[in-house]
Amino acid sequence: MKKQTSININFLPALVILLLLVVWQLVSSFQLVPSFLLPSPVSVVEAFVGDFSLLMSNAWVTLLEAFWGLLLGVCGGLLIAILMDLFNPLYKAVYPLLVISQTIPTVAIAPLLILWLGYGMLPKIVLVILTTFFPVAVEMLTGFRATDPDLIKLMQTMGASKWKLYYYVKFPNSLNHFFSSLKISVSYAIVSAVVSEWVGGFSGLGVYMTRVMKAYAYDKMFAVIFLISAISLVLIWLVSFIQRKVMPWEVTKK
Amino acid sequence: MALLQTQHITKNYDNREVLSDVNIHLNQGELVSILGISGIGKSTLFNIIAGLEAPEAGQVLLKDHEITNTTGHISYMLQKDLLLPYRTIMGNVILPALMQNIPKKEAETKAAPFFKIFGLENTENLYPQTLSGGMRQRAALLRTYMFSKEVSLLDEPFSALDEITKRQVHSWYLQLMQKIDLSTLLITHDVDEAILLSDRIYILSGTPASITQEITIDPNLKKQPDFELSTDFLVYKRKILNLL
Repeated sequence: MKKQTSININFLPALVILLLLVVWQLVSSFQLVPSFLLPSPVSVVEAFVGDFSLLMSNAWVTLLEAFWGLLLGVCGGLLIAILMDLFNPLYKAVYPLLVISQTIPTVAIAPLLILWLGYGMLPKIVLVILTTFFPVAVEMLTGFRATDPDLIKLMQTMGASKWKLYYYVKFPNSLNHFFSSLKISVSYAIVSAVVSEWVGGFSGLGVYMTRVMKAYAYDKMFAVIFLISAISLVLIWLVSFIQRKVMPWEVTKK
Repeated sequence: MALLQTQHITKNYDNREVLSDVNIHLNQGELVSILGISGIGKSTLFNIIAGLEAPEAGQVLLKDHEITNTTGHISYMLQKDLLLPYRTIMGNVILPALMQNIPKKEAETKAAPFFKIFGLENTENLYPQTLSGGMRQRAALLRTYMFSKEVSLLDEPFSALDEITKRQVHSWYLQLMQKIDLSTLLITHDVDEAILLSDRIYILSGTPASITQEITIDPNLKKQPDFELSTDFLVYKRKILNLL
């Protein structure tokens, strides 16, 4: 099995980024594009430093929403996966609906949730749950179902109970699936929290974004975009790190 | 008293009889092979003995106790080693004990002395994927042995190994059988393997399949050096090939 190294920022991509930054700075310095439309990298950094404490306090709110949403979403996804794996009629009845439900755009549900649940954290958390449980449910179910039937048979000859089968075979066999779905869900969580804050709220990076947008402060706008990307990257890296710690046998693979 | 016995086993699939009145027995310390062409129903018979499938008629007896259609008495080993990649060799070997709710520490203490006997010293804390095919197969054998010390059911356990490794594992297994009191029921389609390893060979053939012949391999001939290259060996082989 080929191992994915999705965020391996090595030399060549770094060079490309550096090159883009230089071109961007030159375009801004020579006023090829007016600075209110495209702020220079330097002014973006200045905006970031200037608004640092405000950005951090808003980021904290967004992270909190993403965290609770992700936690509940992952738990819900796991639960649904187990139930669908245990009861085949449930799988047949629910699985197609789950897939269809994913065609509903997040941006469209966000205002409804605000309408129903108010301007606080709750609608944001609910939106994060809705977007994060799906990858987990689908991937875990795939993992459960991909377990070698001969292995299940062998465990049965040993007298394994249903729960022991999950604990010793199905869960560990699906860990790879779990972590790849978690990487997707983590970035979904941040994006959904931000989108949800756009629609209405008192604080968070999404709220900050709409404010600076209305103020035409595009340097701050770029600063917050980079911050969101950076947060997502760090979280994905964190998931990879935990994965390596939790799955030491993958490291010893020849 | 036979250690393991099947009495008049009959099995149907979709109203078609696949096994008819299968009677076999395995004595203490014996290695008995069931030889038959692919698809004849050898694995079905094993599933029935292991308790995974219920026969239409007949019984499976372990030391005269009926174990028909109950799991947890006899484990078997397949061509695939089915070692769990996320558990160390020790973790894999004690798995049957954990399924029987035996504490981990106790299971490890019980398993530890057998690592040397099975030629697996110092592999306790390694993951299966770091071992060679032959060693993994031995680890799987140890796991099967730890589960049911009385009987090992082996379903073509060596057929995925290359020719040279297979020969090594064969002679190792014969030595092992002398060191520990092991009784083995082996499914194979490899005639050479059957003659080389077995005390007795059952020929499973016909539709529906039944035991059509029982061949005993002369233990004195087996002790000869280069038995597999002797004329006696070829006589057995010709006889079996004619039967299949």
